[in-house]
Amino acid sequence: MAKILAVDDSASMRGMVAFTLRGAGHEVTEAENGQLALDAARGGSFELVLADVNMPVMDGIAMVRELRAMDAYKGVPILMLTTESHTEKKMEGKAAGATGWLVKPFDPEQLLATVKRVLG
Amino acid sequence: MSAVDLTQFHKTFFEESREGLDAMEAALLALDSGATDHELVHTIFRAAHSIKGGAATFGFADVAAFTHVAESLLEEVRSERRAVDAGLIEVLLCSVDCMRAMLERSSQGQPVADAESEALRVELVQLVSGEVAAPVVAAASMVAPVSGWNIAFTALPHLLQTGNDPLRLFRELQQLGRLEVVRAFITDSAPAQLAELDPSQCYLGWELRLHGAVARAEIDAVFDWLDGDCELAIAPLAEVAVAGPVAQAAGESLPVATAAPRPIRETAAASGEGSSIRVGIDKVDALINMMGELVITQSMLSDIGEKFELSQLGRLRDGLVQLERTTRELQESVMRIRMLPIGSVFNRFPRLVHDLERKLDKRVKLELHGEHTELDKTVLEKIGDPLVHLVRNAIDHGLESPAQRKAAGKSETGTLKLNAYHEGGNIVVQISDDGAGLNHAAIVAKAQQRGLIAAGQELSDAEVAELIFQPGFSTAAQATDLSGRGVGMDVVRRNVRDLGGSVGVRSVSGKGSTFTITLPLTLAIIDGLVTAVGSERYIVPLTSIVESLRLRADAVRRIAGGGEVFHFRDEYLPIMRLHRAFACNDAVTDIEHGIVVVIEEDGRRVGLLVDDLLGQQQAVVKSLEAHYQRVQGISGATILSDGSVALIVDVGGVVRLGQRSKAA
Repeated sequence: MAKILAVDDSASMRGMVAFTLRGAGHEVTEAENGQLALDAARGGSFELVLADVNMPVMDGIAMVRELRAMDAYKGVPILMLTTESHTEKKMEGKAAGATGWLVKPFDPEQLLATVKRVLG
Repeated sequence: MSAVDLTQFHKTFFEESREGLDAMEAALLALDSGATDHELVHTIFRAAHSIKGGAATFGFADVAAFTHVAESLLEEVRSERRAVDAGLIEVLLCSVDCMRAMLERSSQGQPVADAESEALRVELVQLVSGEVAAPVVAAASMVAPVSGWNIAFTALPHLLQTGNDPLRLFRELQQLGRLEVVRAFITDSAPAQLAELDPSQCYLGWELRLHGAVARAEIDAVFDWLDGDCELAIAPLAEVAVAGPVAQAAGESLPVATAAPRPIRETAAASGEGSSIRVGIDKVDALINMMGELVITQSMLSDIGEKFELSQLGRLRDGLVQLERTTRELQESVMRIRMLPIGSVFNRFPRLVHDLERKLDKRVKLELHGEHTELDKTVLEKIGDPLVHLVRNAIDHGLESPAQRKAAGKSETGTLKLNAYHEGGNIVVQISDDGAGLNHAAIVAKAQQRGLIAAGQELSDAEVAELIFQPGFSTAAQATDLSGRGVGMDVVRRNVRDLGGSVGVRSVSGKGSTFTITLPLTLAIIDGLVTAVGSERYIVPLTSIVESLRLRADAVRRIAGGGEVFHFRDEYLPIMRLHRAFACNDAVTDIEHGIVVVIEEDGRRVGLLVDDLLGQQQAVVKSLEAHYQRVQGISGATILSDGSVALIVDVGGVVRLGQRSKAA
C-alpha cells in the first residue's frame, strides 16, 4: 500500500481523508497547510499527495509549484481537492503541476476510487 | 451509504466551523472599521469555502446550499468585481449569524433551514449577479452510446511532470471497452540525438480505437485531468451517427445535487458530547519536564533512604526542598492546563459593539487589552454574561450620544476599554468608558423612590455607587430593550460572587466610569484562613473576611431569643458561635478569650467566634458531597499540611444562618 500525504486546513476533511485511506491500508501523513506539507514531503517519500486548494500560510497551488521544483516529487501524482465552483482554480493547479483533482464534496468511495485510479 | 462512518467527524466539523465563523465575523468587523487588507477578504472567503466543503461532505445539504451562495458573493469581492460597503458587510454579518444558527441546529439534529435562512439565502442570490437560485439537478441521462471511438492522443512533453502516466489512461480506457492500439509514434518534439533525450519528458503519441457502447462523457472523464497536457481528438467510429450534443461530465453541478442526503442521527450531538479543552503543547511539555524532575528527586530520596546515615541529613534536606519546589511547580502546571485566554470571551464584543452602535445611534471605539490573560475554564465560561451586561450598560447608559458628547467638548466617538490582567493571585477585568459617569442625583432619586434609602440621607460617592448593585435598581430614564430589562447590576454582582470574585465601580462625573471585576485564578484552590475551634480546624475563605478582632465581654449585647450581637462600624452584627453551630466540644466559649472573624456575603455581615487564628493556607477544595453528604454551612473539605482534614466554611450559608438567628 502507498505512502500518502494528506493536506487540508480543515481538521474534519483531513480526518475523513486520512481515516478513509488508512482504512484501505495506506500509510497517511497529515499536514495542515502547504508549508507544513513541504516540510513533511522533504522528510518522507510519498507516492501520492492529496491537497486542498484554499489554505492559510501556503495554499495548495503554491505548494504544488514548490513540490514540482523538488527532484523527488517531479513525477509524483498530486491531486487537488477542489470545489466545482472554481474551474479557474483547477486550471491554476494544473499549470502549477498538479496531476488532477477530486471535486468536493466527495464521499469515501469516490476518494478511494480516485486514489486507486492514480496508483493503479 | 458509505462504509466509513462519517458521523465521527461531525464534532470536529462543527468545532472548526464555529471557529471559521468567528474568524469571518472578526474580519468583517475589521473591514467595517476601514481596514482594506486583502488578507482579510481571503480569510473570510477561506472560512466560507471550508464550511461549504465540509457541510457538503458531511451531508449538511442546507448549510452547504446557503454557504454556497454566500461564497459566490464573497468570490465576487475577492476577485474585485464587487466593492465592499457597509450594506454588504451587514448582509454578510447576518449570513454569519444565519450559518451559525444553522450549524447549531444541525449539531442538535434539528431541521436546519427555516424561513429566516431561506429569506436571507434568496436575498444573497439576488445580490450575486447571474446566480441561479435553484440547484442544478443531477446530470441528465447519458446519450445513447455509439459502437466505438477513434482516439488520437499525443502527449505534450511535460505530461509526465504533472504526475500523469499514459499507462493509467490506457488502463482506464480498457475498463470502458476493448482498447486497440492502432499506432504508436514518436512526436516531432523528440530530440534527434539519443543523448539529448530527457527522461522526464514525453515524446509519444498514440492512435487508439475503443470498441464498445461507451459514452463520450466516459472518455472525457478519463482525459479530464489532461487538459493542456496533450493533444486529443476523439471521434466516433465511422458510419455511426452522433446523437446530438453530449452531456458534459457531471463535474459542474452544485454540491446540493451530488451530496447524497444522509439522515442526521439524533444521537450524534449527545454521544460525542463531553467537555474538552485544547491545551497548548508548551503546557504539556512543561508538565512532562516537571514529571522528569519529580522522578529524579524521587530516585535521589529513595537512594538516601536505602542506606541512610546521619551525615546525609544535609542531602536529605536538600532533596526535600527540591521535592517541595517541584511539587509546587507541578501543581501550578496542572492548574494552568485548565486556564484559557480571556480573548475568547473578549472576541464577541466587537460584534456586540457594532450592533449596539447602530441600534442606539452612538459611536464607540472599542479597545481590547490583555486578551492573553488566562482564566480558569469554568470561570471563563461564566464570566461572559456579566461582561456582556456591563458592556451593554456602558454603551447604553455610560456613553453619551454624539451630539451630547460634542456639546460637552468631547470627541463624538466614545471609547470603551476592556482590560484584563493579573494582580496577585487574582485576575482583574476592567470595563471603562469615557462617558458621563454615574449620575449621582438620578441614582439617589431612584433609590429613594424604590425605598432603598431614606429621603434626605447623606451619601458618599462610594455609597451612591454601591446603590446600583442593589436588587431591582435601574437608572435608565426609559427601559431600552438592551439593558435594564429584568437583569440588573445585582445579578452581575451575584454571578461574579458565585465565581468567588467581586465587582465594584469607580466613576468621575463627566469623565466616565470603570467597572472592576476581580476573580480568583481558579475555583479549585482557595486562599483560606485556618482557624481553630476546639480540636477541629475550619477554613474561612480569605476573600470574604472583613476583619478579625477580639471583643470585650461588655461589647456584646444579648437580644431576645438568645442571640448575641456586637457593634461594628455603625451596625450591629450577629455573632455566630462556630462551636455551637457545628457542635464542637472543648472549644473556647468565653468571647473574651476567642476571636471574632467578621465575614461578608452579599453586603450582609456576621461575626464568627473561633478559638484562634492559625494562619493562611492555600486549600485545595475537595467536595464533601462527593465523599460524604451535603452539610449546611460547609462548602467542602481540604487536607492540611499535617495530614488532618479541615472543613471549609460556606460563607453564604453561615451568613444566612446568622441572619436568621439575629431575626429570631
